[in-house]
Amino acid sequence: MNGIHDLGGLTCFGPVVREANEPVFHEDWERRTFALMMLTGAALGPIDSYRHAIERMDPLRYLQTTYYEHWLAGLERLVVERALADAPPARNTVTAEVVDAVVAAGISAERASDDFAPRFAIGDRVVAKNLNPRDHTRLPRYVRGRQGVIAAIQGNHVFPDTAAHLAGENPQPLYSVRFAARELWGPQAAPQDCLYVDLWESYLEAATS
Amino acid sequence: MSEHDDHHRHDDDHHHPHAAPPNPYLEKRRNGEESAALAARVRAIEALVVAKGLATTAALDRMVERYEHDLGPMNGARVVARAWTDPAYKARLLDNATAAIAELGYGGLQGEHMVVVENTDSVHNVVVCTLCSCYPWPVLGLPPAWYKDAPYRSRVVIDPRGVLADFGTELEPDVEVRVWDSSAEVRYLVLPQRPPGTADMREEELAALVTRDAMIGVTRLAAP
Repeated sequence: MNGIHDLGGLTCFGPVVREANEPVFHEDWERRTFALMMLTGAALGPIDSYRHAIERMDPLRYLQTTYYEHWLAGLERLVVERALADAPPARNTVTAEVVDAVVAAGISAERASDDFAPRFAIGDRVVAKNLNPRDHTRLPRYVRGRQGVIAAIQGNHVFPDTAAHLAGENPQPLYSVRFAARELWGPQAAPQDCLYVDLWESYLEAATS
Repeated sequence: MSEHDDHHRHDDDHHHPHAAPPNPYLEKRRNGEESAALAARVRAIEALVVAKGLATTAALDRMVERYEHDLGPMNGARVVARAWTDPAYKARLLDNATAAIAELGYGGLQGEHMVVVENTDSVHNVVVCTLCSCYPWPVLGLPPAWYKDAPYRSRVVIDPRGVLADFGTELEPDVEVRVWDSSAEVRYLVLPQRPPGTADMREEELAALVTRDAMIGVTRLAAP
């Protein structure tokens, strides 16, 4: 969806303001919100679902609330959508004893496959498709329709556009695509500057010019 | 109307370097009533999560403890200092960052697929997540608020030199700026340039010089 979260390229928010000696969390409810988001994946995940829940916040609220309020809004939405209150008890409970193992192991998005056959090679010129899906996507608006070059092949990665909706992982090749800053922003950009964006294969087509 | 009042307080408190609209989303919810309401909402979810057996209260406590105390930019600083002092390690780090970082004992959540990008005299790298807040937790910990807020996420892609100037970083005009937008599950760490005047320093001393902001790429490291 073309949501308020897709901020790249806006210049209306003023300078970056930093907080001196910023703590990791400002308030205790932020601590709890963080931990709740991290340890409820079995019922409310995967990570793409959390992201999409935040993206569907009211846009004005999104801009007027703090970061962990976004997470809280996402949690609340998923608790309702997945009907957690009506769900049977979880089969596996995350206990304190396993948290360290969860943190250390991580949750890989890569799905190794013998059939891995990326359509594009490093150096190929590609265009980011002009896609405007109604649901979740990780294709930023600012690259749509723009031409770039395959800079790296990142592996076979879970496709967030379907994973967010529990419609399958559908892993596919993920590429680092290099875009010239001028291709994206025009002559105001420095001629040598560039941006690298990680894009899944189905976001891309071969450049024809 | 409290949000409106916050606006004005914000404007009074900060002298912006150039004309800018107010940034209401930068305000922290410090007044008791709003915080209490947010805390009540979180408690309701925690009660449900615990009742359904998804996680125990102690597990949630432990999760907070790990990220509040154990994981932070000191980990990334060790990686950087090792790369500065061990050319073979640096080569492995630039070739397969996930494996090289694991050599020092770091990895896991939000660092499953690491890429390290090197600053040089002619190239300056800077990392962002325009769509949310993706950040390499095992080596940098949780991100600062500015990294997650609209001003940085929106502008660093279109005006990286201007955003770096907000951090006091002035790049030479002929330097190539590379902005890395973390749009997938790959996480980026900048390998800053080793500051001048550090030739005699040991790895541990060097690590103490390395800052979070330099590893995001918004600053360069000064001579000690």
